[in-house]
Amino acid sequence: MAIEEPKRSKLDISHSPAGIEGPGFFATSLEKAVGLARKNSIWPLPFATSCCGIEFMATMASNYDLGRFGSERLSFSPRQADLLMVMGTIAKKMGPVLKQVYEQMAEPRWVLSMGACASSGGIFDTYSVLQGIDRIIPVDVYIPGCPPRPEQVLDGIMQIQRLVETESLRRRDSPEYKAMMTKYGME
Amino acid sequence: MLATAENIKSLHDTVLAGLQEKFGEGIISSEIDYDFPVFIVNHENISDILRFLKEDAEMNYHFLTTLCGLHYPDNKGKEFGVMYQLHNMPENKRIRIKTFFPENNCEIPTATNIWPTANWMERQEYDFFGINFKGHPDLKRILNMDDITFFPMRKEFPLEDQTRDDKNDAMFGR
Repeated sequence: MAIEEPKRSKLDISHSPAGIEGPGFFATSLEKAVGLARKNSIWPLPFATSCCGIEFMATMASNYDLGRFGSERLSFSPRQADLLMVMGTIAKKMGPVLKQVYEQMAEPRWVLSMGACASSGGIFDTYSVLQGIDRIIPVDVYIPGCPPRPEQVLDGIMQIQRLVETESLRRRDSPEYKAMMTKYGME
Repeated sequence: MLATAENIKSLHDTVLAGLQEKFGEGIISSEIDYDFPVFIVNHENISDILRFLKEDAEMNYHFLTTLCGLHYPDNKGKEFGVMYQLHNMPENKRIRIKTFFPENNCEIPTATNIWPTANWMERQEYDFFGINFKGHPDLKRILNMDDITFFPMRKEFPLEDQTRDDKNDAMFGR
């Protein structure tokens, strides 16, 4: 009697980084192991000020489910967050608030700018609206759209994951990084 | 009161007669703007006129719906103005009062001692037009940033953000 092969799942789980493998052990560099862990456990801080925030809510809900990327745990405290997601129009009066939230986040931290308003001011070319959040804080990934679809948000998160995975552990100590922070008037 | 043309006309005539009887020359002109009676009055009488409209038993315009600043830079001698929209709720009657004053003396008595609700409204008009409401208890900016150096709704200030260099004349009509 033929025994059926147990059905194998076709789910693609995280690939292990390059390393040396043997019976009962696997060796790789610390940087790659840390990158793998960080990449799949990003805690986002949603800074949602307008309609992009609504699209983000759809992204968090079951249809799109950001939890598949290890980001289902939103952090509403900047001190525990890894990723600042700025979604919506940032008025100039809100600028200092956003900057303070960013400054309260612990390193390493990443910033995702979602939608036309956060990235460039969008249609609000006016005296009261900040013309892109990159005027006050550094941005890692921009998502275009007005508002972007949840698929685009997922793509933006995957771009962030790529940055998180491959970032050198020493990057935040580099003179280039420090120069950039000085340019933004921080540290 | 139903907002029919006859009702609006009779409302306009009654209020105008009442105001003219009491203030005479203080009432400059009046019109019916769509379904709204509008009375343009002298800015020196504005406090008395508003108080009369609120406290007179016949008038009873006890509710200040809104208040806003006006700027017509081409009207020499009366560049700035304030519009008050009043509501008599028991009879559902609504009227509008406008008053104008010159740019070099851009001030008007406050309405906060008549309607406390005018407090934030007047702060907003100070914020956007720089109109000085004399006697206001706390006249400071309310919506814009505290360190802004201009009054953005004045016509001489462009609407667009002036710090952008990527939007040129060819594409954006600057």
